[in-house]
Amino acid sequence: MEQMVNVYFYGKKYQVPGDLTIMTALEYAGYTLVRGVGCRHGFCGACTTIYRIKGKNELHTCLACQTQVQEGMYIARIPYFPTDKRTYNIEDLKANQEVMMSLYPEIYACIGCNACTKACTQSLNVMQYIAYAQRGDFKACAEESFDCVSCGCCSVRCPAGISHPMVGMLARRLNGKYLTPEAEHLNTRVEEIKEGKFDEAMKDMMNKPLDEIKELYNTREIEK
Amino acid sequence: MYAPYPENMMESIKKVEATREARMKTEPRRLTAEEKDDLLEKFHPDYNPDSFAEIKVGPNKGQKAPVELAEMLHSTSRLMTDKVDISKIDYDVDVLVIGGGGAGSSCAIEAHNAGANVMIVTKLRIGDANTMMAEGGIQAADKENDSPVQHYLDAFGGGHFKAKPELVKRLTSEAPEAIQWLNRLGVEFDKEDDGRMVTTHGGGTSRKRMHAAKDYSGAEIMRTLRDEVINLGIPVIEFTSAVELIKDDKGQAAGAVLLNMETGDYSVARAKTVVIATGGAGRMHYNGFPTSNHYGATADGLILAYRAGAPLLYQDSIQYHPTGAVYPSQILGALVTEKVRSVGAQLVNANGEAYIHPLETRDVNASGVIRECREGRGVDIPGGLKGVWLDTPMIEILGGEGTIEKRIPAMFRMYMNYGIDMRKVPILIYPTLHYQNGGVEINGDGFTNIPNLLVAGEAAGGIHGTNRLMGNSLLDVIVFGRNAGKKAAAKYGEVTLGNMNLDHVAAYDKELKDAGLDTHEVSPKLLPKYARHERTAE
Repeated sequence: MEQMVNVYFYGKKYQVPGDLTIMTALEYAGYTLVRGVGCRHGFCGACTTIYRIKGKNELHTCLACQTQVQEGMYIARIPYFPTDKRTYNIEDLKANQEVMMSLYPEIYACIGCNACTKACTQSLNVMQYIAYAQRGDFKACAEESFDCVSCGCCSVRCPAGISHPMVGMLARRLNGKYLTPEAEHLNTRVEEIKEGKFDEAMKDMMNKPLDEIKELYNTREIEK
Repeated sequence: MYAPYPENMMESIKKVEATREARMKTEPRRLTAEEKDDLLEKFHPDYNPDSFAEIKVGPNKGQKAPVELAEMLHSTSRLMTDKVDISKIDYDVDVLVIGGGGAGSSCAIEAHNAGANVMIVTKLRIGDANTMMAEGGIQAADKENDSPVQHYLDAFGGGHFKAKPELVKRLTSEAPEAIQWLNRLGVEFDKEDDGRMVTTHGGGTSRKRMHAAKDYSGAEIMRTLRDEVINLGIPVIEFTSAVELIKDDKGQAAGAVLLNMETGDYSVARAKTVVIATGGAGRMHYNGFPTSNHYGATADGLILAYRAGAPLLYQDSIQYHPTGAVYPSQILGALVTEKVRSVGAQLVNANGEAYIHPLETRDVNASGVIRECREGRGVDIPGGLKGVWLDTPMIEILGGEGTIEKRIPAMFRMYMNYGIDMRKVPILIYPTLHYQNGGVEINGDGFTNIPNLLVAGEAAGGIHGTNRLMGNSLLDVIVFGRNAGKKAAAKYGEVTLGNMNLDHVAAYDKELKDAGLDTHEVSPKLLPKYARHERTAE
C-alpha cells in the first residue's frame, strides 16, 4: 500500500500518494493542466508554485514538477506573473553600465532584503547577480544567473519591483555577444564554407555508391 | 557510509566501485557494424512488431506507424463536429509559424528580418518546447581537424544511411554559420579564454564537435531566441493550437484554424505561407515508455500535414535515449544528458562490468541497456523497473573535483533534489522516449508537396535517417528553422490565394469512414491525458 499524504490545492483537501511531485499530484487529484505546466523536467519555469506547510509560518516557492509532496502542504500555483521585459536592439547596445541604467533602472532601488535569493527555485544567489548588474559587471552577472529558468519567483517576492530574470537575460546576451571573444576558428570555417572550400568534397561524398560510403563510415578514424 | 539508495542498489554499487580503477584504464571496445545490427534487431523497440500498426488511409497507406500515432492518423478532425466559419478571418499574415520552439522562433526571426509579416501561434508558451530541454549540445564542424564532409559522414552513417542526402548536406554545411548566428545573438557557448570553443564527443561523432552551454545548451539557445522574438515585436499567440490547416481551391496551404486552449474558442488565420514547427511526439508514450519530452509533444503537425495530403517519412523510427532517469520515481523518464558520457561516465551493469562503449550511437546504447536488463544484469528498482549504472564519480576523477558542478549543473541539481550526490555515487538509467526520427517529408529547401507549406524542426522527416546523433537536433532546429523563415519570406510575394476551404478535412473523414475506421477520438491530440478521470476513461 503506497503511503498517502494530505495536501491542499487552493485550500481544498486531497489525499495523494506521497511519492508524487506536486504536478503529478494535481493530475492524480483530477486536474487537467493547461497553464502552469511545460517541460515537466525543471528547465522551462512554467510551473511556478508557492506553498506553506500546515502549522508553519514560512512561505516556500518551488517548481511543481521538481518538488515532492509533503503532508500538510497548502499549495497555490502562479501560472503567470507579469515580469517586465524591456525591448532593445542587441546590435545597438554597448556592454557598459549605462545599458542597465537605461533599460532596468529599478535595479538601483534594491533594498537588499534578499527575498529574491530565498525564493529562487534554482538556489541561485539572485541578489548577488543583481548587484553585479548594478555595477555593470555583466560577466559575473551572466555566470551567477546562468541556471535561471525564469520561473519568476524572485520577482513575485521583490519589494522593489525588479524583474530579475530579464536583467540576467540581458547580461548573458551582452556577455555572450560582446564580452566573450569570438571563436576565430568558427569565423574562419564560415568563410571557408562561403568560399566553397568543401563543395567539391561534399559533392563527391554525396555521389559515392552506398557501399563505399558504408566502408568509409565503418572504418573512419575516431578522434581520441 | 553515504547510502542514498536502497540496500540492493548499494550492494551493486560496491561492485561498480570495485571495478572502477581497472575500468578507467581501458576504453571499452567499439562494436563492429554486424554486432550493432544484431543488438538493434534483438533489443531495439523499433523492431518490436507489436508496437506498430498499419496505416489504413492517406499518402502512407500500407506502411506502419507506432500504434498510438496510427490511432491519431485514424481519428477524425474536431472540425467535423465543431463548425468554424473560415470566411471570418482573425489574422492575416505573410508567414504563419505553427509552434514556438527553437525551429519556430528561428524561422520567425529570419522571416521578420527578411521583411515578412510573420506571426507565431503556439499551444503553450513560446519556449515550451523540447529545444528548451536539450541539454548536451549542438554539433558543428568548425575545428581544424574537422569538416562539414566529415560531419556529413557521421550523421549519414549514424542514421543508417537512410537520410536524404540534400538535407544532411544543408544540416552540416550550414552548421558553423548557425553557431555564429546564435553567438552573435548573445548565446553563451562554453569557450576557452581566447574564445576558442570547448568541444567534446557525442555518441557516433568522429571528431569533437559538440558545442555546449554547460548542460543548459537548449535552454540557453531557446531563451535567447525568445528574447529576440519579443525584441523584434513578432506577434506570438500563446495557448493557441492550430487544429487544422486551411487550403485554397488551388490546393495551396492558405492558413490554419486555431483553437484557444483555455477558452475553447476557434479563430482563423490566413497566410500565404505556412510553416509547421510543432516538434515531437514523446507524450504519445510509444511502447509505453516514459519520455524526456515536454508536455505538448503530441505529433500535432504530423496529423495536420497528413490530413492535408503531405506524406510522412520514417514515421516508424523512434529514438529512445539510452540514459533516462529511472530512479527515483519522481524523475522517471527525465533526460540524463549524453554529455555525462561525453565527460567520462561509463555505462556499467549490476555486476560492475562496462559492457559497452559509452559513446556508441543512441539506438545501439539504448539496445544495450535493454539487453543487460532483460538478461539479468540490470539493477532491480522498486516498482518492478530495472536499470543500469551511469558511473558519474568517474567524471570527477577524470576531470578533477568540481567538474560535475561546472559541466553538468542541471544534472547535479536534479539528483541533489532527491539527496543523490552523483559525485559520490553512480546514477541509475534506462532508455526514455526521446525523439521522433521521422516526420513530414520535406525537400532540400524545406517545402512539402503541398504548395507553400514548409516544415522545420523535429516535425520534419528525413534529416536524420532512422537514428539521430546527439547535438544534431538543436542544430537541425536552427538550420532548418532559419531556412524555412528565409524561404517562406522569399516565397510569399509570389503567392495569390484562391478561395479558402476545408475540403481536405471532409475528404479525409470520408476516407476514414470508407475504410471502416472509428477510433472515437479526435486528432490532433494536443495534450496527453494525465488527469485521473481522463486516464480511467482510456
